[in-house]
Amino acid sequence: MLSSQIKSNEIVFGICNKDLLEEIIFYGIGLGADFVEIFIENTDNSSVLAEEDFITSVSPSFGRGAGIRIFKDKKDGFVSTNDLTKHGLMRSVSQAIEMLDITDNKKRKVFNGLDKHRDYCLSKKTWINEVPSIHEIGEKLLLSTKSLKKNNKIITRKGSYSRNLQEVIIASSDGTYASDIRLHQTVGLNVIASDAQYRSNGSRRFGSSGMPNEFRLWDHEKAANDVFESSMNMLYADYVDAGQMPVVLANKFGGVIFHEACGHLLETTQIERGTTPFENKLNEKIAHESVTAIDEGISEGSFGSLSVDDEGMEPEKSVLIKDGILKKFISDRAGELRTGHKRTGSGRRQNYSFAAASRMRNTYIAKGEHSKEDLINSISDGLYCKSMGGGSVGATGQFNFAVEEGYLIKNGKLTSPVKGATLIGEAKEVMPKISMCGSDLELAPGFCGSISGSVNVTVGQPHIKVDSITVGGR
Amino acid sequence: MNSREVTTQISKAADFLNLKKWDYGASFSNDYSVQVDKGEAKQLKASQKQILTIRVWNESNLVGITTTSDISESGIKKALNQANIASDFGNKNERTEFSPLAKDPIEITDEKKRKPVGIKKLITLLRDAEVKLLESHESIKSVPYNGLSESFFERVYANSDGAFRSYTKSQAALYLYARAEEENKKPRSSGSVKLGYGVEDIDIESCIKDASNKTISHLNYSSIKTDKYLICFSPESFLTIINAFSSMFNARSILDGVSLSNKNSIGEKLSTEALNIYDDGLHEKNISSSPFDGEGTPTKRLCLINKGRLENFIHSESTARIFKTTPTGHAGLGSKVSVSPDWIVVEKSEDNPDLKTSLKHSNYEGEFVYIEELNAIHAGVRASQGSFSLPFDGWLYKNGKKISIESATVAGDIKYLLKNIVNIESSQEVTTSGISPHIWVDELSITGDA
Repeated sequence: MLSSQIKSNEIVFGICNKDLLEEIIFYGIGLGADFVEIFIENTDNSSVLAEEDFITSVSPSFGRGAGIRIFKDKKDGFVSTNDLTKHGLMRSVSQAIEMLDITDNKKRKVFNGLDKHRDYCLSKKTWINEVPSIHEIGEKLLLSTKSLKKNNKIITRKGSYSRNLQEVIIASSDGTYASDIRLHQTVGLNVIASDAQYRSNGSRRFGSSGMPNEFRLWDHEKAANDVFESSMNMLYADYVDAGQMPVVLANKFGGVIFHEACGHLLETTQIERGTTPFENKLNEKIAHESVTAIDEGISEGSFGSLSVDDEGMEPEKSVLIKDGILKKFISDRAGELRTGHKRTGSGRRQNYSFAAASRMRNTYIAKGEHSKEDLINSISDGLYCKSMGGGSVGATGQFNFAVEEGYLIKNGKLTSPVKGATLIGEAKEVMPKISMCGSDLELAPGFCGSISGSVNVTVGQPHIKVDSITVGGR
Repeated sequence: MNSREVTTQISKAADFLNLKKWDYGASFSNDYSVQVDKGEAKQLKASQKQILTIRVWNESNLVGITTTSDISESGIKKALNQANIASDFGNKNERTEFSPLAKDPIEITDEKKRKPVGIKKLITLLRDAEVKLLESHESIKSVPYNGLSESFFERVYANSDGAFRSYTKSQAALYLYARAEEENKKPRSSGSVKLGYGVEDIDIESCIKDASNKTISHLNYSSIKTDKYLICFSPESFLTIINAFSSMFNARSILDGVSLSNKNSIGEKLSTEALNIYDDGLHEKNISSSPFDGEGTPTKRLCLINKGRLENFIHSESTARIFKTTPTGHAGLGSKVSVSPDWIVVEKSEDNPDLKTSLKHSNYEGEFVYIEELNAIHAGVRASQGSFSLPFDGWLYKNGKKISIESATVAGDIKYLLKNIVNIESSQEVTTSGISPHIWVDELSITGDA
């Protein structure tokens, strides 16, 4: 078979696939679809694990696939496949049409062909050659685990790195035609400290997007000192006493609570399900007037930033809450169709096997005017949550989060470390209790799992004070 | 390509690249799922997926690995090449070999395969289920989380030493989570999940009934006072706890220093003598059973706790070699081979003289907290420390009456929990993650906001 014939019958990355994509979209519209979207992906990933003073795992992976989404009225059918040939993609379109039971193809929507190609790849094609080699990664990870070896109480030391390079093509029947290359790198450090019956963990994760040199610039000594210090501080900590109390949440990853407890409730998927208490609260007060919250995909290098979302829209900066007033929801194509909220460039998915959904990107509470000390000094008996673990939100909006590193606040001062604390509450009740925001806004990378899989996000906030919250303990 | 053709292709490509020793695991699947919203189909999904993981041993007998979804001829060659390059970084301190049991005979039957019912039938069944659930009680206003799916897949393991294992299977799942609302009260939600080999094996009526009853039973709620309580764990919640702390039985976790156990822990008393725990991946009630693990080792029943004492660890090939025993069929193929349990079975042993057998969840009239379901396991469990602090759904039983607990967490230590088991009820229940009776534990801390 001639190479040109191969190209015309199969999606090939790095060349123009316009004719083939248009043919597939025409095929879907011709069968009666209201809307056809094609998302095609090519990935090249690798991860490295260092344990103690050895590299114990190197895991490369690569793959490709396509997700085809068809809308008819407000219903959608989604088919994913590893077959990127014309035949394979058309078969997927047919399958989606059949699933939606579309039999009437007389009222056809108009497809005028794809718009001019928006190529976001131009400055990114060299990234794959600029990222550190496995050798380089291994050497630096080993330096980092060596830096964690600070005393004989540290019994486990781990450093992990992962790099995901994703090349995407997005085409749809509204003319959207875009391609992009995304690069995400993360590095994490973990220790376990032990002394007789006492044990503690320390962990931190760092991450960036679109910055091939970032890992080289990572200050592993500083990171190791931070993780070591955290594990030592918590080693002999007592369990916290349970109860209602005021808390100060640290900046950076402290923002995970806003992300989980409130941010998810501002995604249009929650409106579609009827599971958000904020559905009819637009332009109403839902939080303390000191709270302004933002979700955006544009901060350079941040883990949740994008040039274009997975539905071909450039991300916007969305002010979700302004001075306590709800201003906007996070919306994708289906969200706009089903709830009327305009798209915000937030249609995201883990990979081709998920349909895009409205998802957060870089989400944070804006900075206020107080210092960290102002917040702590204002509390006579409470808890300072320096480092947060994971958490979850239930179907009715109740959330809970583990505190990895916590300290009691007594008479306006930080005192003894405590472990085993969990913060429990409901966004609707807690948001009005965020009474003070610090001026030290910082962001932290994370992974968010939800309806369209696991996506890279940033959470963030300055130090904030919550006047009262339930603290689970013993 | 079918699995035999993939094996031949890998073998040919390995010969071409002069790679003498390799193995691979693969999964080929077709999945279909539907969701509905108030009588209308909402999202319909279908996927064809293939995942191939190849390991290559280099001349120094170090292993490299690559995973890909591209099983074309060029994709397989690229994967072998990448695995070979990765083998330069293979772990010299812990060598990996083929499982010595990878060619042992295993019995694979076809009886667990069902034919697809198709998307249209899935929609009809789920739509009907949603309607029935909404009609089951006036307070149930929506079923925000629902889904019906069927999956057909083949799993394969093969190596350059001639081992070849493959099985095909089908599986279906239904989940219904209802949301109930009453005036001046907080919304309440609960649900049910049912699995089967095929859609027609799923007891849809029972799923509707369970989801409805559970949701309604939480309508009258109250906050609970922070204190220590006598707790009755439902079979599902006890299995959740055991699975969360399964690193106690896990040889990989022991070698990694993240387990509460150590190499010498076999024989250690962990709980009341009345407790037996097995891992039984081939149990007839385990819908997700697999006849072999990621290294091709046959799956088998293994006693983990016998009369309260730690009896066995679960192993991969390399951990078994280090512990001077045989692999147990619990390995996951990876650059660093993982080890995990399959299907936990909890039962009462014959030695149970000290149990308070009057404690039965169905008729005990004293005060206790019934924990139906534990949540946020990933956040609230510190497996390497042994501690947990977990939100739960459940009820406070007092004076013969029960009331749903509004929002609370249970906290404790797994060793304390196991040693303070005061009763193990006789009757076992099958759940999606294993089998267990109701388990009673005294004096665990509950945090509420009353």
